[in-house]
Amino acid sequence: MKPLNRLQMAWRVGQDIEDGTVVNLGLGMPVGVSDYVPHDYDVVVQSENGIIGVGPLASANAADSDLVDAGSRKVTLRAGATIIDSAASFAMIRGGHIDVTILGAFEVASNGDLANWDNRIPDKGPLVGGAMDLAASARAVWVMMEHNTRKGGPRLLEACTLPLTAVRCVKRVYTDIAVLSVMPQGFLVHEILPGISREELQRRTGATLAFAPDCKDLITPDIELPEA
Amino acid sequence: MAIEKRRATAAEAVAGIGDGATVMLSGFAGAGFANQLVAALLDLGPRNLTLVVNSATHRLSNTHELIAAGMVRKVICSAARGHDKAALSAFEVLYKEGKIELEVLPQGTFVESIRAAGAGIPAYFTPTGFGTDLAAGKEVRNFDGRDYVLEQSIPGDAALIRADLADRWGNLTFRHAQMNFGPAMATASKLVVAEVRAFSDTPIPPEQVMLSGVFVDRIFVAGA
Repeated sequence: MKPLNRLQMAWRVGQDIEDGTVVNLGLGMPVGVSDYVPHDYDVVVQSENGIIGVGPLASANAADSDLVDAGSRKVTLRAGATIIDSAASFAMIRGGHIDVTILGAFEVASNGDLANWDNRIPDKGPLVGGAMDLAASARAVWVMMEHNTRKGGPRLLEACTLPLTAVRCVKRVYTDIAVLSVMPQGFLVHEILPGISREELQRRTGATLAFAPDCKDLITPDIELPEA
Repeated sequence: MAIEKRRATAAEAVAGIGDGATVMLSGFAGAGFANQLVAALLDLGPRNLTLVVNSATHRLSNTHELIAAGMVRKVICSAARGHDKAALSAFEVLYKEGKIELEVLPQGTFVESIRAAGAGIPAYFTPTGFGTDLAAGKEVRNFDGRDYVLEQSIPGDAALIRADLADRWGNLTFRHAQMNFGPAMATASKLVVAEVRAFSDTPIPPEQVMLSGVFVDRIFVAGA
């Protein structure tokens, strides 16, 4: 089977979002998760610029330049939404009022260390935004990222090589070929893409893997990527 | 004497911001940039400014014009990365040449340090950034088994913020996500100037005021 595309990864993460929770979705792949939360769920999406209750993207004629999310996307509000200022929004994040944040990453270590803000691009200025606040203080940090770099190197490691975002914070990792959790002993595999053996998954990972007794196939629906 | 905070022009609204000032600029993701006030500050031309602004490079903000004009000595922000992968932004060019100082903070630390200044708190502990490069050299203390970083507050000489509606007392309302850093910056700065869409000749009903006029010194009605 082909590795999951980003929409299939978002679908898989969406299956684990619980009804009634408050979630923050990182820029890039994670914002796509909200499309795959069951429609009858009351899930509150927080955006760190102060929106509590982000809805779907706005249509062209409803777009409002004052109603944007943290990724500068013009969005709508869900019923029951509120808007607060940045100080209150980060009090919400730092005070432990976010149930789950889903973040992209460059690397995750087997002790839960996260590296997702500085990939050392020469001459480009730094960009940290709210990543360190979310990683340090959300009640659960889930990462979604491709299992390997474009060059084929591992992103799941014994220790991160890139600058850290926060220490010992990641609880779960959703990749294009596996679903894992971070346990006190290291990575524990819960699901593997059919066609990939445990040995191959281990070869493509930079830390020792353990396998859950109920480890099963990673199955998602076929979801086509929109044409670029 | 009756309070009247409205100023006729953007130039009058920013008058007095001088060389070496620490200037806070509100705005995030295209909402809440006081770009007409920033343009007036560019015309006024003070030098050696320290800008306190979430992004040094946002394409919908005029912040980069102040930087490109050589008016800025230092930027305190959470984002300084240009959007163009091929070319460097005005900030990045100066930064690469060592001609501008940068203090990058996690966004929550950035705004909490501003909020703290406005609340008379000189420093505070936060778990954000512990164990990372951004906390290097900062004091760490353990409370109840968790490590926290000591962060200092950030006071401003002036704040340029954008709001929706104002009355003559300087009371403000904000539209949607326009609020972002405005209220915290207003409490933390000595001279607070609000650029607004419209002016209300009658007092804004108290329960609708989102930032009290006691934190606002001057109003410039810029229109939509």
